[in-house]
Amino acid sequence: MKRSSLLFAALCLTAVAISAPTARAAGTVKIGVLMPLTGNAAAAGQAAKAAIEVATDIVNNAHPELGNLPLAATAGLPNLGGAKIDVVFVDHQGNPSTAQQLATQLITQDKVNALLGAYQSSCTFTATPVAERYGIPFMVGDSAALNITTRGFKYVFRATPIATDYARTYMRFFADMKKQGKKIDSIAIVNENTDYGTSVGDAIEAEAKKDNMPVAIRIPYSASSTDVSAQVLQLKEKNPDVVIFISYTADSILYMKTMKSLDYKPQMILGDDSGFSDPSFIPAINDIAQGVMNRSAWAIGKPGSTTDEINQMYKAKTGRDLDDTSARNMQAFFALADAINRAGSTDPEKIRTALAATDLKPDQLMMGYQGIKYDSTGQNILAATYLIQLQGKQYQLVWPETAATAALQWPMRGAAQ
Amino acid sequence: MVGVQVIVGGLLLGAIYALFSSGLTLIWGMMNFINFAHGEFVMLGMYVALLVVTWLGGGPAVFAVAAAAALFALGVGLYSSLIRHVIRGPLLAQILSTFGLALLLRYTAFLVFSANFVSLPPTALAGTIKVAGIFLPVAQLVAGAAALILTIALHILLTRTTVGSKLLAVAEDRAAAMLMGIRPDHMQALAWGLSAGAAGIAGALMATAYPWSPSVGETFSLIAFVVVALGGFGSVLGSLYAGLIVGLIQAVSAFWLGAIYKDIVVYGLFVVLLWLRPQGLMGRT
Repeated sequence: MKRSSLLFAALCLTAVAISAPTARAAGTVKIGVLMPLTGNAAAAGQAAKAAIEVATDIVNNAHPELGNLPLAATAGLPNLGGAKIDVVFVDHQGNPSTAQQLATQLITQDKVNALLGAYQSSCTFTATPVAERYGIPFMVGDSAALNITTRGFKYVFRATPIATDYARTYMRFFADMKKQGKKIDSIAIVNENTDYGTSVGDAIEAEAKKDNMPVAIRIPYSASSTDVSAQVLQLKEKNPDVVIFISYTADSILYMKTMKSLDYKPQMILGDDSGFSDPSFIPAINDIAQGVMNRSAWAIGKPGSTTDEINQMYKAKTGRDLDDTSARNMQAFFALADAINRAGSTDPEKIRTALAATDLKPDQLMMGYQGIKYDSTGQNILAATYLIQLQGKQYQLVWPETAATAALQWPMRGAAQ
Repeated sequence: MVGVQVIVGGLLLGAIYALFSSGLTLIWGMMNFINFAHGEFVMLGMYVALLVVTWLGGGPAVFAVAAAAALFALGVGLYSSLIRHVIRGPLLAQILSTFGLALLLRYTAFLVFSANFVSLPPTALAGTIKVAGIFLPVAQLVAGAAALILTIALHILLTRTTVGSKLLAVAEDRAAAMLMGIRPDHMQALAWGLSAGAAGIAGALMATAYPWSPSVGETFSLIAFVVVALGGFGSVLGSLYAGLIVGLIQAVSAFWLGAIYKDIVVYGLFVVLLWLRPQGLMGRT
């Protein structure tokens, strides 16, 4: 076995993807995008890729129907003589060391002008220092871990809300529910154990402590688990009123199914995006987990609205509605393209300066943020999110009430009748 | 009562581990050949089950048998077209061939089925029975019981039947077996068929309980290698015990220590056991 495991290790090393360097075409702006296009999170990565392709089409071609969305009405980047954006996608397979390696390759071989990525926080965490070292702007698409922007980096920007924003939203929601007479005596936090789950879990635990909300149990686990019965039994024993899941796709589906088969249903399940927003989540669980909640800064909106038009384009390409994760990547892409246009140059330093000066208003965005404006760490200080609930075969916006399109059902129903 | 629930869950899971590992150990025992594509066979079994359910309908008996048959055919086909030739080559060629095969199968599945996670639509196996306060998910109960029966059947086939004797004879001494009128190629093709078939049926049974995507094979390969090494390379009965032990330890340690510690416990005990008994529980020295 010893010899063969050494060989196996050697094989794994040789299996690392090598992509050929390509020459840079004149008059184009090159953006490297890192996503998990294969591996456990491939579905989410592929969905984000499709969303970024739609965004590229919107920037590169004239789409006057899209209202105030920057760069939509014109073809290409007007301040760069109508230059088109050329996107290079690479697949890090959800592996942080591969992500790091590919970031280097995109910068040194593909000569990209900026980077965007990389879904898993753990991968973004390792890819961003590479961009910082080479002085190439890195736009974080959707990774929520706090520590990505707390390292004093100058070239890393993030339009998406982060762990603490979400944690605060959840606590505000619980306070609101309690005010309405719902019983929430304790919560449980179930998180996958890489950067994403750990940092969001930590943030929620910290905010819960501040709010004097007892955390009955915290369960970190590995997202590649083939069985979660033990974790569900732990939950059943502690019996919290709300269970918050910070999970990827397979594991979130597995939890819903296992909870059903072990006959456990808390008053409410709150998913922290990711797995709960994966296109395969709803079809897999919609008959057993009615009423689960999720967060989303994305809402399709009224027919004919800019968001509805974008959704139509995405649907024509993929056959399904745009999800929050992919939409946040798309928004990040627009924010990056807008900065490059304002920089009027492909010079990384000028792009960085333009990014730092970003001040987008809500009507220029496709997401429910209050705007995009970065603090000195590169984090958007105007990011926000809605809460949504699975009712029937889709999520409805249920909180805050001022923006809600459907009434919240509490407690969750579970099995569809 | 929760304790009993944890233990029952662990044993049911372990029985499935045993079933898909038994195929791997069979190939090793027969040919001293490591099949890195074994986890991909499990994955294909899951998709066969899905296709059968979507296109033809039918219950678990139908799709499990279909998956077993399809994978049996694939195993025999792969043996005649690929393995038969590379087995004469150097060790590196053998390992590369199945490793390459694993990647080929995985990415073909990505191409055909896309990267999205899928689940079987609720079948006759959906639901839970409650016995003396213990919840038994029907799907896992059936899968676990079938796994147990099939693993034992495979063991009996190898040790108590003429076919089994011929299979073992080829493994023992190819030249002598040929002198006795046994055709090694036929026997080894059969071994590959049985191995892949066992993986296919395990995949179909697991598909009733778990969501999956084409990359699921990686997870199963790792478990299969641990179970096979723990049970003793080449011993079907060993992989049965080892599968049950691994499933049980995972469940018990996940519940009482926490989910993130379960693999530490499993692999820690694994290393200790290999240190004390390098040939595994039931392996030949």
